Amino acid sequence: MDPMSATGNQPSPANSRARIATVWLGGCSGCHMSFLDLDEWLFELARIADVVYSPVADIKEYPENVDAVLVEGAVANTDNLELIRKVRARTKVVISFGDCAITGNVTALRNPLGSPESLLRRAYIEEADVQPGIPEERPIVPELLPRVLPVHHVVKVDAFLHGCPPSPERIRTALEQLLKPNQPAAPEKDQTREL
Amino acid sequence: MAVNTFTLNGELVSASPGATVLEAARENGVEIPTLCELEGLSNIGACRLCLVEIAGSPRLQPACVTATTEGMEVRTDSERLRQYRRMILELLFAERNHVCPVCVANGHCELQSRAIDNGMEFVRFPYQHPDLPVDITHARFGIDHNRCILCTRCVRVCDEIEGAHTWDVAGRGTGSRVITDLNQPWGDATTCTTCGKCVEACPTGAIFRKGSSAGEMEHQRDRIRFIADARSKREWTP
Repeated sequence: MDPMSATGNQPSPANSRARIATVWLGGCSGCHMSFLDLDEWLFELARIADVVYSPVADIKEYPENVDAVLVEGAVANTDNLELIRKVRARTKVVISFGDCAITGNVTALRNPLGSPESLLRRAYIEEADVQPGIPEERPIVPELLPRVLPVHHVVKVDAFLHGCPPSPERIRTALEQLLKPNQPAAPEKDQTREL
Repeated sequence: MAVNTFTLNGELVSASPGATVLEAARENGVEIPTLCELEGLSNIGACRLCLVEIAGSPRLQPACVTATTEGMEVRTDSERLRQYRRMILELLFAERNHVCPVCVANGHCELQSRAIDNGMEFVRFPYQHPDLPVDITHARFGIDHNRCILCTRCVRVCDEIEGAHTWDVAGRGTGSRVITDLNQPWGDATTCTTCGKCVEACPTGAIFRKGSSAGEMEHQRDRIRFIADARSKREWTP
């Protein structure tokens, strides 16, 4: 039996292993690099938690009953949108991980440039050196959303881990707090705006 | 009367007549967050971050342009004020394109510092992402309107300290922009003396020295106060 299933929104019992995940939306992967920079502390983490989904692990489907997830990147395309909704539905504590998730940041630099169509034309045709043409192999290449959005404008977010990228020490502090037994539930925050 | 006596956060304090609530609070060691205010320049209450509660007034008043009066009761910190200050900061971040990690002022920015001080964890409002220009026609400096918060420090320092009045504000509402001369490229503004006071006064990375890369733009904002003091008080040594 899954130890999480009976506990609802409560933190994991001290003797069970936490199920954590990391996801990579519209970002440069720098936040994940910073996570990997935790080096040998990752062994400590592996002692108390299972990483059940991550771009650095070969797991195809985001699983059910995840205790906490670090979400890197902004919501920029239809794949990001589908994944973040699934993540929210299947995760107790969703953490916006780094500035792209929190503000849109560099990923959202495209927003002032207008529609995805004009953006793609500029990048792949007007500025192209060789073989101008917009990549359109659906569904391999997901469609861009009209605007890049921070994660909390799409789904409810429980905590914010700032930085571009957040330092390994900051990530470690957050995870240690989160994985402590008998943590109070994350505070309710009124920050969500429906699409 | 030599002094005004009034209540500041429940404590009885005194201030010289004509002193603003902000000045009196600072004299008494009470911090009020500010953004458009810069020592040495006139105050205009543009940013609204220094709003305080005054007993008997349903409206919040900006401390930088509100004079102290005998017997007034001022509160500089409350849940309501904290909420408004966070909201003001969120609106400033949502209005233009403040992308801290790629900004020349990252780590030396007053907007960024106020957001941290006031616990702004995220922006709940939709980002406007306006398409705004960057003017790098001046030989030594540039203005990136994406990062401008319309505090008008550049306008005031250029007018009041340098006496050139190269800067001003044009437009209305979200269409407002700081401009040089008659809305000409900065490089064509013949009144500009290239003194750099606007560069030092700017609270964000909007006005910058050319060649600055991310995080490299440090402002010497105390230079403005030094020049103002040198003139008004004849204090020529920093």
